[in-house]
Amino acid sequence: MSSSKKIRVLVAKPGLDGHDRGAKIVARALRDAGMEVIYTGLRQTPEMIVEAAISEDVNVIGMSILSGAHNALFPKVMELLKAEGVDNILVIGGGIIPQDDVPALKAAGIAEVFGPGTPLAEIVGYIESNVKL
Amino acid sequence: MGSEKGLRKTFKEWDEGPVAKTLAKFPERKEQFETLSGIPVDRLYSPSEKALKEYGPELGFPGMFPFTRGVQPTMYRGRFWTMRQYSGFATARETNERFKFLLNQGQTGLSIAFDLPTQIGYDSDNPLAQGEVGKVGVAIDSLADMELLFDGIPLDKVSTSMTINAPAAILLAMYIAVGEKQGVPMNKLRGTIQNDILKEYVARGTWVFGPNPSLRITTDIMEYCAKNLPLWNPLSISGYHIREAGSTAVQEIAFTLLNGMAYVQAGVDSGLDVDSFAPRLSFFFNAHNDILEEVAKFRAARRMWAHLMREKMGAKDPRSWKLRFHTQTAGCSLTSQQPMNNVVRVAYQALAAILGGTQSLHTNSMDEALCLPTEDAVRVALRTQQILAHESGIANTIDPLGGSYYIESLTNQLEAAAYKYFDQVESMGGVVRAIEKGFFQREIAESAYKYQLGVDAGQRTVVGVNDFIIEDEELKIPVLKVDKEIECHQVERVILGRRKRDNKKVLEYLDDLRKVSKGTENVMPSVLKAVRAHATVGEIMHVWREVYGEWNQPEVL
Repeated sequence: MSSSKKIRVLVAKPGLDGHDRGAKIVARALRDAGMEVIYTGLRQTPEMIVEAAISEDVNVIGMSILSGAHNALFPKVMELLKAEGVDNILVIGGGIIPQDDVPALKAAGIAEVFGPGTPLAEIVGYIESNVKL
Repeated sequence: MGSEKGLRKTFKEWDEGPVAKTLAKFPERKEQFETLSGIPVDRLYSPSEKALKEYGPELGFPGMFPFTRGVQPTMYRGRFWTMRQYSGFATARETNERFKFLLNQGQTGLSIAFDLPTQIGYDSDNPLAQGEVGKVGVAIDSLADMELLFDGIPLDKVSTSMTINAPAAILLAMYIAVGEKQGVPMNKLRGTIQNDILKEYVARGTWVFGPNPSLRITTDIMEYCAKNLPLWNPLSISGYHIREAGSTAVQEIAFTLLNGMAYVQAGVDSGLDVDSFAPRLSFFFNAHNDILEEVAKFRAARRMWAHLMREKMGAKDPRSWKLRFHTQTAGCSLTSQQPMNNVVRVAYQALAAILGGTQSLHTNSMDEALCLPTEDAVRVALRTQQILAHESGIANTIDPLGGSYYIESLTNQLEAAAYKYFDQVESMGGVVRAIEKGFFQREIAESAYKYQLGVDAGQRTVVGVNDFIIEDEELKIPVLKVDKEIECHQVERVILGRRKRDNKKVLEYLDDLRKVSKGTENVMPSVLKAVRAHATVGEIMHVWREVYGEWNQPEVL
């Protein structure tokens, strides 16, 4: 794959949570870093997210939840991806996510979890070095 | 008021008018106020003889137009602000316990946080509610939950604020119905329902229907309250979430007051007399980090609302001119790094709110960048207010920063900058058009992004985050966990509830509500009937989803 191919990212808000300040900021930062970004808007079900990821042919899914529903919704997205036979999408998460919950999310296939105060450059750098193009 | 004589005259009018009247009804907390070292503290300080000319009519006196210095003639010398901690989690039972704990700790008002399914109008057993039940607030499906929530809390003894918007009519009806069961008539109920749908599109995200049907329900609630719940605030026009979403202080007051004017206009357009409902409108602002800018912001907002209501909306009742507001400290300023530092941030933000003349206050807990607050964390937050009230002395005189060159200049500048948005929005065709175009949303996202770039570039310091960091910091404070089982219990409870009620009656009332919602009659009586028969939040909202459809967000990025 040519190195000039742009990384495609789906920034998604699963669940009913309306806090999208972080998701929008990250979406813009990724775009400013040269990636192609699709933002889903609020209230996406795991099914909607997986469908969008496949039809948009993205390399990365970034999900943000501040409502505490991450333990239910993040693994659900991973399950659905698996069921669709998708294993080349890098899936990362962010929001208000207690440290104690992170190991289980990682075990479910979430590659990394970024908490409040994470510098944008760290997220950009992480995607650039871990994406499978 | 520009001359020495003029000022003295107005001062006398104030002293013998509003102040004397207020004192006769509400004596001050103490006969005499003094500093820690025994120096007497006057009710109000005004300029020295020399500076009299500077003291213009735009400052006025507390409790008098344009209310820059406060909405009450004696402010906190009469009574402290209401200490009101926003709380709710898990089910009605757990939240009822937290309410009782807070009241025992000296809190003076209740404030309910609902979970997201309740806020968006899905019952706990709806598949879309999965994972969200009882997480950011308490799950309320039917009247049975609401009764449990207020078990042992007499509604004539507390004032209650409810953060609920799209389903506001339903939760208000449930509160009324709980009152009925306790023997408290609705004209005795005191409290506030947020009911501010416009800021949901702008910043908070729990909209359901589009702006026009939503405004119709809002107007119905305002009308119903004006007639039946004279002590209730039917609307809390909120800048808080606009600020949390990343706006500047200027955008916070501009967009909030613009929304406020849109509600007033909607009320007037539906045939209500402005003075019949405007005195009960209330506001809700954020107290952020920049202490003096925040103080100026509250003062500017008060002055703007007074002018807008008197001059633009033609309100004649002085109570319609008063901007009364609740404040919450800035959740977005809290850091998950070195969380104890948040206690200090909250204390300064609370100080700004009080110096700015707030009517009630929520202080955030130190652990809120990590989880919902634990009991211990909430106690410290409440104690912060109690220390400010009882120990700091700042409540002993009114608007103590009034007259500061910086504060007055900043107040004027915030006001002028906020008014610029008024012209811009008017030229776009008004608030609803601006929302549909995503104008407010984009303005806020732009400010939020700029702020974050500033932090990332190190131009803005956030202590413990981009400077003064502890390397490999380990989290040392306890974190509240909502039990996974909660969701299962609540799902069982709502299913069981639907079996136990008279379903024929429920269907009949929901049908009746459907008809009324398609017509022009006030929806509140029909909602109340359905609620009394234990129709659920999800069922009532489903009727409205059918009648009104759901809103589509404009693209903002």
